[in-house]
Amino acid sequence: MSELKLMKGNEALAEAAIRAGVDAYFGYPITPQSEVIEYLMTERPEQRTGMVVLQAESELAAINMVYGAASTGKKVMTSSSSPGISLKLEGISYIAGAELPAVIVNVVRGGPGLGTIQPSQADYFQSVKGGGHGDYKLYVLAPSSVQEMADFVEDAFKIAFKYRAPVLILSDGLIGQMMEKVNLKDQQKRLTDEEVIKLNGNWATTGKPKTRERNIITSLDLQSEKMEARVHRLMKKYERMEQEDLRYEEYQTEDAEYLFVAYGSSARIAQKAVQLARAKGIKAGLLRPITLFPFPKKVLLNLANQVQGILSVELNAGQMVEDVRLSVEHKVPVEHFGRTGGIIHTPEEVLEALEQKIIK
Amino acid sequence: MNVLDIIKPENQVFCKSKLMTDTTLSYCPGCGHGTAHNLTMEVIDELGICENTIGVAPVGCSVLAYDFMNIDMTQAAHGRAPAVATAIARTWPKKYVFTYQGDGDLAAIGTAETIHACNRGENIVIIFINNGIYGMTGGQMAPTTLEGMHSSTSPYGREIKTMGSPLKITELISNLPGVYYVTRQAVHTHKHARKTKKAIKKAFENTRLKKGLSFIEIVSNCNSGWKMTPNEANIWMEEHMFPYFPLGDIKVNGILK
Repeated sequence: MSELKLMKGNEALAEAAIRAGVDAYFGYPITPQSEVIEYLMTERPEQRTGMVVLQAESELAAINMVYGAASTGKKVMTSSSSPGISLKLEGISYIAGAELPAVIVNVVRGGPGLGTIQPSQADYFQSVKGGGHGDYKLYVLAPSSVQEMADFVEDAFKIAFKYRAPVLILSDGLIGQMMEKVNLKDQQKRLTDEEVIKLNGNWATTGKPKTRERNIITSLDLQSEKMEARVHRLMKKYERMEQEDLRYEEYQTEDAEYLFVAYGSSARIAQKAVQLARAKGIKAGLLRPITLFPFPKKVLLNLANQVQGILSVELNAGQMVEDVRLSVEHKVPVEHFGRTGGIIHTPEEVLEALEQKIIK
Repeated sequence: MNVLDIIKPENQVFCKSKLMTDTTLSYCPGCGHGTAHNLTMEVIDELGICENTIGVAPVGCSVLAYDFMNIDMTQAAHGRAPAVATAIARTWPKKYVFTYQGDGDLAAIGTAETIHACNRGENIVIIFINNGIYGMTGGQMAPTTLEGMHSSTSPYGREIKTMGSPLKITELISNLPGVYYVTRQAVHTHKHARKTKKAIKKAFENTRLKKGLSFIEIVSNCNSGWKMTPNEANIWMEEHMFPYFPLGDIKVNGILK
């Protein structure tokens, strides 16, 4: 039995985390995502499910708490917004390097620097290209509704444990703050300590019984050959993610002559722009990458054989457009349309940009 | 009677703990890390808590502590061990969790994590090796480097006016209500090693009793970083380090001495 509620995106995510049987949340307040920890603290999940919630002294501490709990095989998550995620990148690199499952949520605001507290998609590069130091990637899920804010928590944990890798839910201030109806799933039981040991005891640091070798969680390999092997192992994971867990959505692409590519908030606006375009007789369609890494490269390449031009619609100065261009291998013109500073483009502006930059 | 006649189990006062691996220690000869490791492992073995203990290794000379300690261990980012240990202790409240950190790790880059984990009174043990220098990176100045002490980044000696005073982080954190037990020990003689072992044992007992945070500083040598022979380093440590970092209990059972 699911439950229908009217909630903010941030609250829906927090409630979904409790219901997904998450063991721990460690975070630090920052606008526009503070509702996540506020909601969790108010809900007393320690009493509801035994989930640990702790406000850390900093983002650095929070992400290293995530690293600690993840290293013992527990389901653990954190959330923040852009400047906070920048601080967390050290820890995220360690989590990727040590091959630990964890879920990290970024409710993006405008930057660089302290920037603005308004919505933005300017953390695209940071999210999909690694972000922290070293050769690694994050599996990146981009929700475009409050419903997906809730649904993606469980999805993210499935991927995180499948690959023993950190997963990023890349949202933004618009989705985090807006209220929509959301169907919440039933409460899942949290795993007992014994179940965690049974499931993850072959790699996690849960205390060494006499019957097995000690488990070590580290990202350090002083021998070059071993370090290279570790990097190769990571790269194989990312290849497998692309083969098995790529996600995207197409909207009116069957007969499309022009294509928008947009994710998250931008995708919702671009979807409306498709409708406006169609009303004017312009055959537009939309490709919405749901996973930003892995990126739907092959899907885009196929669509490039069909359409006359592509407009990448983003709330930034032009980031995803680079991946779109790489994907379509110069088969068709690709342009970018974006607003920054926390300004959200209107569907009319998006259509106008298509007409001016692509159709001409 | 030859040496082998003397080295019999019944005659041995100190020996390698069963929980130490056979991996050759990566520490310089004469360094205190080996003894501090061994004592920690002896205590865990004697208390019979190996199956319920999770160690957190730092960055620095002891980054490879997990290679020598035959227990489950997580290696933490530089300075963040108390945050890592916090999460482990919170999500596994029945386990014994300890961090093993040096002065650069605990008293410089990890100051915030140290103070806040202590202030929350996390039910963990922190073992803090203070040798007043950055050993692994080649002998740079640490927060605990003494006034006038030479290092590669204080080549003319630490000057208080420009570099600040040596940080007594242990005294600082002893003032926090969440901290239950604070002691400063050494491992360069068997007498000191015995006292340190007792302190470590007490700390793990505190974890069992859920008393909160136990903090053991071990003032140690760095003969390579100090550019001395092991023996000279130990003598210098007694003459210079101990007056500034006096040995003994600072807080016992939550009460300052």
